[in-house]
Amino acid sequence: MPAPEQHRIIFKHIDEPGYTNDIGCYLRNGGYEVLKKAVSRKPEELIEEVKKSGLRGRGGAGFPCGVKWGLVDRKSGKPIYLIVNADESEPGTFKDRYIMHQDPHQLIEGTMISCFANNVKQAYIYIRGEMPHGARILEKAIAEARAANFVGPNILGTGYSCEIFVHRGAGAYICGEETGLIESLEGKRANPRIKPPYFPAVLGLYQCPTIVNNVETLCHVKYIAEHGGAEYAKIGTPGNTGTRIFCVSGHVQRPGYYEFPAGTITMGQLLNDVCGGPLPGRKFKAVIPGGSSAKILRFGERFKGKRKVGTELVDYDWGVEDVPMDFDSLGMIGTMGGSGGVIVMDDTVNMVEALANINAFYSHESCGQCTPCREGSLWMKKITSRMVHGQARNEDAALLKSVADQIPGRTICAFGEACSWPTQSFIAKFGDEFKQYPETKKTAKPVDAVALV
Amino acid sequence: MNLKPETLSKIDEVITHYPTKRSATLPLLHLIQEDVGHLPPDTSEWVAAKLELQPINVLEVITFYPMFRQKPIGRRHIKVCRTLSCALLGGYKTCATFEQEFHTHLGEVSPDGEVTVDFVECLASCGTAPVVMIDDELHEKVDGAKAKQLSDQIKAEAKKR
Repeated sequence: MPAPEQHRIIFKHIDEPGYTNDIGCYLRNGGYEVLKKAVSRKPEELIEEVKKSGLRGRGGAGFPCGVKWGLVDRKSGKPIYLIVNADESEPGTFKDRYIMHQDPHQLIEGTMISCFANNVKQAYIYIRGEMPHGARILEKAIAEARAANFVGPNILGTGYSCEIFVHRGAGAYICGEETGLIESLEGKRANPRIKPPYFPAVLGLYQCPTIVNNVETLCHVKYIAEHGGAEYAKIGTPGNTGTRIFCVSGHVQRPGYYEFPAGTITMGQLLNDVCGGPLPGRKFKAVIPGGSSAKILRFGERFKGKRKVGTELVDYDWGVEDVPMDFDSLGMIGTMGGSGGVIVMDDTVNMVEALANINAFYSHESCGQCTPCREGSLWMKKITSRMVHGQARNEDAALLKSVADQIPGRTICAFGEACSWPTQSFIAKFGDEFKQYPETKKTAKPVDAVALV
Repeated sequence: MNLKPETLSKIDEVITHYPTKRSATLPLLHLIQEDVGHLPPDTSEWVAAKLELQPINVLEVITFYPMFRQKPIGRRHIKVCRTLSCALLGGYKTCATFEQEFHTHLGEVSPDGEVTVDFVECLASCGTAPVVMIDDELHEKVDGAKAKQLSDQIKAEAKKR
């Protein structure tokens, strides 16, 4: 079956010739019309539309946005904050970058609609430090929007006021975790907070109720406010509504970003039809479907079970290529849709070396607060790095697994899971390669072999 | 601390963005680093006094975030992405090329003082791997040949100075 057509609602103007990131261009393309209509509606209505839409957060966890907004403590009398999580840093993910650089006003409009719906008076955009241009573009866009009275005091004469400021991170991955981000915004080390009691919706920024939403999620909110939650829910599949942006990188002919109705495209269609298949003379070996912490899939393995289609339970028997790219299907086969970052590896890649690369990332990025994660991620890095650069032992796979198994569930934040899933899944799927690695090392590498660690 | 007047006015302005002064720690450190090139030894005390904190509150932030540096670097900062998607397409070779071109090692200032090469984690542009940031500019699809070309460009600019 050929791949469906791309359906660009968030990336509508990305890479469009002549489209610029200034407010003039945005206004010529119908910009801020949705905000104008939204501020004449009741905030509760807008929240209701988002709930009806079934929108799931695009940052990685896929948590329903309407539910998140519903959890906000509105009775405390404290101000409510909204933070745009623009700390895009999960390896393999590169969608928010293009929204912020090429279409920043879309984000600002979505943010302002979300702020109005939730009676937020102050919003912050937390952008990762490695995007200095992005920060400047957003600051300029906010200034333009302020001059046009879409941001700031008494917006469009409604009496409603809301300010947005850009806040730059400084290279720490853990700031993508919402409570770590909040600590960082408070001017501290980004050590995530324990939940309970520190649910952002109740005790977030400055111990006030706080909403933290991903860049792309807020752009979806704009679309929902424009077309209504029910219309939005018609895109995609039940439970996985709207569109999803896939960021494909690694060993494919045409890496890049592609937006499709959620759940309508399979892994095989995405990688073969859309991305042009493997590089010449090579074969796909493995794919990580949702950012580097998602569990890896091995081409050739099969997934069997029962799944719900409508009200009925039907059998499924999928190869990697057959898996629909939605949160639920990927969850069913033991991995996750995460942030939409699809990393592809072909048959030139040795899995021990690929894991050593990933482990180096997580050990560098652990905040160091919880011992199992701080030590575990470091040990996993040291073991895999020794396997590649030093001596590899037959018992290394078992040792790695035992370290990885002792981390998840024993840490304050989900980084514990994120850093152990790669090791656990690489060993489960490619255990043979780990066992053979001491032998593999004895054979000379091809001269054009690519170093991974 | 000897900061430019415009840095000082930016510092005073950014503090007003937050209900608590402590929140301005990261923005202040960015501004000082942009002005001076790195964070000099008296940074912690200066920022702490400005934001009514203890110096340790600032120092612990400086040491936590990889982008803050306490030592000077070369005139240009070359950051090569090390993470998986870039590595799969030759990021390690790209990095080694820059090191060779400037006769330097990771994290050190090159002998001519021109560059510091760092191997950093994911720069969020995996679709155009391997990527490199030179100061504020992102360069895409930087294979060994393009790394050589960029190095030549930096050397040519250095000669003009």
